[in-house]
Amino acid sequence: MEQKIAVKVDDLTVAYNYKPVLWDIDLEIPEGVLMAIVGPNGAGKSTLIKSILGILKPIAGSVSIYGKSYEKQRSLVAYVPQKGSVDWDFPTTALDVVMMGTYGSLGWIKRPGQKEKKAALEALEKVGMLPFKNRQISQLSGGQQQRIFLARALVQNASIYFMDEPFQGVDATTEIAIINILKELRKAGKTVIVVHHDLQTVPEYFDWVTFLNVKKIATGPVKDIFNDDNLTKTYGINYKVSIQE
Amino acid sequence: MSNAQIEIQLIASLVAIACAIPGTFLVLRKMAMISDAISHSILPGIVIGFFITQDLNSPLLIFLAALTGILTVVLVEYIQKTGLVKEDTAIGLVFPTLFSIGVILIAKNANDVHLDVDAVLLGELAFAPFDRLLIAGIDIGPKSLWIIGSILIISIILLFAFFKELKVSTFDTGLAASLGFSPAIIHYGLMTVSSVTTVGAFDAVGAILVVALMIAPAATAYLLTNNLKRMLIYAVCFGVFSAIAGYWLAHWLDASIAGSITTMLGLLFLMVYLFAPNKGVIAVLYREKQQRTEVSLLTFLLHLRNHNEEEERHVNHLNEHINWQKVRSKTVLELALKNNMIGIENNIVSLTEKGKDFTSQAIDYIITNEDAQIEHMKDDFFLFRG
Repeated sequence: MEQKIAVKVDDLTVAYNYKPVLWDIDLEIPEGVLMAIVGPNGAGKSTLIKSILGILKPIAGSVSIYGKSYEKQRSLVAYVPQKGSVDWDFPTTALDVVMMGTYGSLGWIKRPGQKEKKAALEALEKVGMLPFKNRQISQLSGGQQQRIFLARALVQNASIYFMDEPFQGVDATTEIAIINILKELRKAGKTVIVVHHDLQTVPEYFDWVTFLNVKKIATGPVKDIFNDDNLTKTYGINYKVSIQE
Repeated sequence: MSNAQIEIQLIASLVAIACAIPGTFLVLRKMAMISDAISHSILPGIVIGFFITQDLNSPLLIFLAALTGILTVVLVEYIQKTGLVKEDTAIGLVFPTLFSIGVILIAKNANDVHLDVDAVLLGELAFAPFDRLLIAGIDIGPKSLWIIGSILIISIILLFAFFKELKVSTFDTGLAASLGFSPAIIHYGLMTVSSVTTVGAFDAVGAILVVALMIAPAATAYLLTNNLKRMLIYAVCFGVFSAIAGYWLAHWLDASIAGSITTMLGLLFLMVYLFAPNKGVIAVLYREKQQRTEVSLLTFLLHLRNHNEEEERHVNHLNEHINWQKVRSKTVLELALKNNMIGIENNIVSLTEKGKDFTSQAIDYIITNEDAQIEHMKDDFFLFRG
């Protein structure tokens, strides 16, 4: 199953104001994995995703999606930004936010129609948010907002999903609902890449992991590389001790 | 009404509509102050354009002024990107500098011409009908009307064409970028439209009112709706209403038209700010009072559920036990009775079935924080809406 490479990152270096946040990253993500990116705050996890998606311009290196540049493969990729990156007081409804996921396939100027609305409603159904479709987004709880974001990514019907901390500030039920959907995506052969904070749940949720702290520490199957050695290298403290505490 | 009066109101209304459209997006993008910066810093563009063309309404002048508007945005972003100062400071540095260059240019060179600082700040809407557009010797109306009309038509076309792109990039820049809608293109597009609109409106209403017409209608509309399209429509309506009402206020007071329109905008915002159904101050205060009462009700119901002893449930004991004032106890008792949650027999209060169910559900909600369970309760009770 791990023969095809979905995402390939070569010598990627990204800097803010000449200070590198990612340094010479080489990364190959095989098709069909459910991968966590872990690392301490400021390790460049979100930056890595944003650079792969062309939102940030790297100062060196390149990224390819199934062998071609991101610009050519946009339709294969869906992105769930951090929930806190948008203004939830924006005057719009849950359904409308999910519809935004269809804008990419529509391209410039063309408006969404019945087909897009139907797809959005199906995605809302999948995340259990159909009853809330007409609710103003500020009236949703944190977990519900995250589900709306997930539905928006599902509606893109992509092959690769990038998610920036989808479990941040959500209740336990939503966390389980989200991870179940992610596992379903993997079962359907999709590649899912998640910036993740909770190290305890890594072995339970994911089958692939990348340790990141400005440089890439390690990447591979969870069962092979998710160990104290890599955790210590990434977090700079003796992780074995702190987990036992 | 004379022809001139109709023309003034028409110009003011078109300016209001043209400003409300980019203004709505500026407010949502938290960029209201950028419109202030643009409206001031286009002055040197206008002055230089005026020196070249000797005509306040020439397209070259509009082009140069709009260019200065874009330059303002670029400079602000450049200074901000150095990380040495914050955005508001950058705005405060850039626009007074450009504006003062314009003021000096006027003072040095344009003493004899129809361009002075008062006119720049407050506009001369009353004189707008005097400057006619003649084609082959035929009078086809005031020049300002044609200029702002053309600008308005272009912005409406752009709005309809790029509504989806504007919406997604305003709400979620990251998503817009990943979908291939370059936020930079949309950002500078919006800045260009704002600059051109400002220039077009400038001659008629001046630098200060342009800001008011961009921001106030949008801010007022924001308090009234949760729908972007409606927000745009409301903003346009508020702008036009203030323009016309302001004109008549000025007529009645024999005062500045620009000043009166701005006053109307301010009053309109104040009214909505106080009386808006959901976000208004009075609605919020009322809701908070309701929430307090409902928290009290829940406390009371919990107390009843936890105590079977009659002395704990005697009407008169409630004051002492839950430590409430008489008025509050009475309100809560009445609320519970009205909702059939309690029954009172010989001054002993007991929970009804409905009261028991409600209390259990409320406890479940508080413990699990599960929204789905209380969905149907949200309509009856404020408590669960927050």
